[in-house]
Amino acid sequence: MKRLSAFNVTSLTLGFAFLYLPMILLVIYSFNESRLVTVWAGFSTKWYGELLRDEAFLDAAYVTLQVAVVSSTIATVLGTMAAYVLVNAGRFFGRTLFSGMIYAPLVMPEVITGLSLLLLFIGIGLDRGVLTIVLAHTTFSMCYVSVVVSSRLVSFDRSLEEAALDLGCNRLDAFRLVTLPIIAPAVISGWLLAFTLSLDDLVIASFVSGPSSTTLPIKIWSSVRLGVTPEINALSTLMIAIVTVGVITASLISKRGAARAQADAQAADRATG
Amino acid sequence: MRRFVLIAVPYAWLLALFLVPFLIVFKISLSDIALSIPPYTPTLKDGVAALIQGLDFENFWFLTTDDLYYKAYASSLKIALISTALTLLVGYPIAYGMARAPSEWRATLMMLVILPFWTSFLIRVYAWMGILSNEGLLNQLLIAMGLIDAPLTILNTNTAVYIGIVYTYLPFMILPIYATLERMDDSLIEAAEDLGCSRLSAFWLVTVPLSRSGIIAGSFLVFIPALGEFVIPSLLGGSGTLMIGKVLFEEFFNNRDWPVASAVAVILLLILIIPIVLFQRNQQKQAEAGA
Repeated sequence: MKRLSAFNVTSLTLGFAFLYLPMILLVIYSFNESRLVTVWAGFSTKWYGELLRDEAFLDAAYVTLQVAVVSSTIATVLGTMAAYVLVNAGRFFGRTLFSGMIYAPLVMPEVITGLSLLLLFIGIGLDRGVLTIVLAHTTFSMCYVSVVVSSRLVSFDRSLEEAALDLGCNRLDAFRLVTLPIIAPAVISGWLLAFTLSLDDLVIASFVSGPSSTTLPIKIWSSVRLGVTPEINALSTLMIAIVTVGVITASLISKRGAARAQADAQAADRATG
Repeated sequence: MRRFVLIAVPYAWLLALFLVPFLIVFKISLSDIALSIPPYTPTLKDGVAALIQGLDFENFWFLTTDDLYYKAYASSLKIALISTALTLLVGYPIAYGMARAPSEWRATLMMLVILPFWTSFLIRVYAWMGILSNEGLLNQLLIAMGLIDAPLTILNTNTAVYIGIVYTYLPFMILPIYATLERMDDSLIEAAEDLGCSRLSAFWLVTVPLSRSGIIAGSFLVFIPALGEFVIPSLLGGSGTLMIGKVLFEEFFNNRDWPVASAVAVILLLILIIPIVLFQRNQQKQAEAGA
């Protein structure tokens, strides 16, 4: 087994301290009794109570979740289709443009995406609200989904799908019964990625949201600009906790899935060997 | 027929909600302010001649008359370049350490790098406000250690912006570099050392060139979004921090000058086309090498 050199241990320790300390401090100070965020005045959970009584935050959280669930679901369908097209469809008219439009939103500055979508919505007379945020989020997150899914599709053995077609499946059934179960982990992580991107988006949402559709990041943004407050620390802590639990659960599930797949493969080996 | 539907649906979506909006931005950047109050005239309904007649480069000309814009582009470029270099400097040793770690640790280390990426970007920037302010934890610590007497002003300066960009974009740098380093064959280093290279020169002559594609991908992933960054300079930067994303946002929401905001966006896009195309090429090359 390789051993890490002192240099590697130091760089990993410092690196992870840099990544995690700011968030850990934020969590610690969310339990601070004092309104002054920088002075420690004893342990207290009162800011969580104040936060949960704040209707504006709860409304914003509800809008954000609604938008995230709907947009990441549509984005997953569209993104998977796009990935399938990119990997399997071969040549078609405007293929370069198509793949360009898949990759460009990944790196496009958010201010430009937000501005351009707002001008489109105003141009076609669509009122700003939940619908416009959903459309905007679906558009950029479908591109992330299709990148995640296409990396899985590239390594997928197409002969399996062809075998299903030879055995009498139609294309849709072959996709549903053979391809989809195999690429499912990538589709699920694509959905999760789209979901978090939607929860996280501030810039694009501030362009395309209306007065009745304030999302959580917009709400946080407007309070944070006035300075650091204990309520925001409490809210941040809750969001960090939810994400941590979610990511750890997801990785445990996928680990168990991998272990089961391996056990199945071994059992199959024994049975055939 | 099915193949057609499969291609047409995502294609149409992207055309309608990605490409067409850009064309609108481009068109409005050429309109006059009075004409550009919604609904914008001239529109297609008035015929192509009227559409073209009303357009001119006045807004772009306006951008050259006020040196605010020129300075904002230049300082965005500078901030994005410096912070990309800093991110590389911080991220490379971490990626290197991960790739050298025992293989049973790697999955965990990888998850530790990805986890902050799942956490809200806004919250990660916000976390630094409490650390960097004059009464903040960093100053308290430095004073307690006796290193400084009076608090340093870090929040609301460019230094805070650099810290913010390095912090939030670090996973984008670490992951592609780690991916290339992990694929590397260790026996190459051993061969170089057997042939008389020192550890350091083996690193420079073998490891760094082999991780080039990761370094390039990571740098683009940091540089491109950093150039148009809006949240970090607004929260951590000061009034002296000029970044084009912030200027565009203010031009649009505070001054309500949509044609000028659109012109600012068009020029930002023109600046970004070269790195975006280079990035896409690099990705394609990597995908081909991986397949």
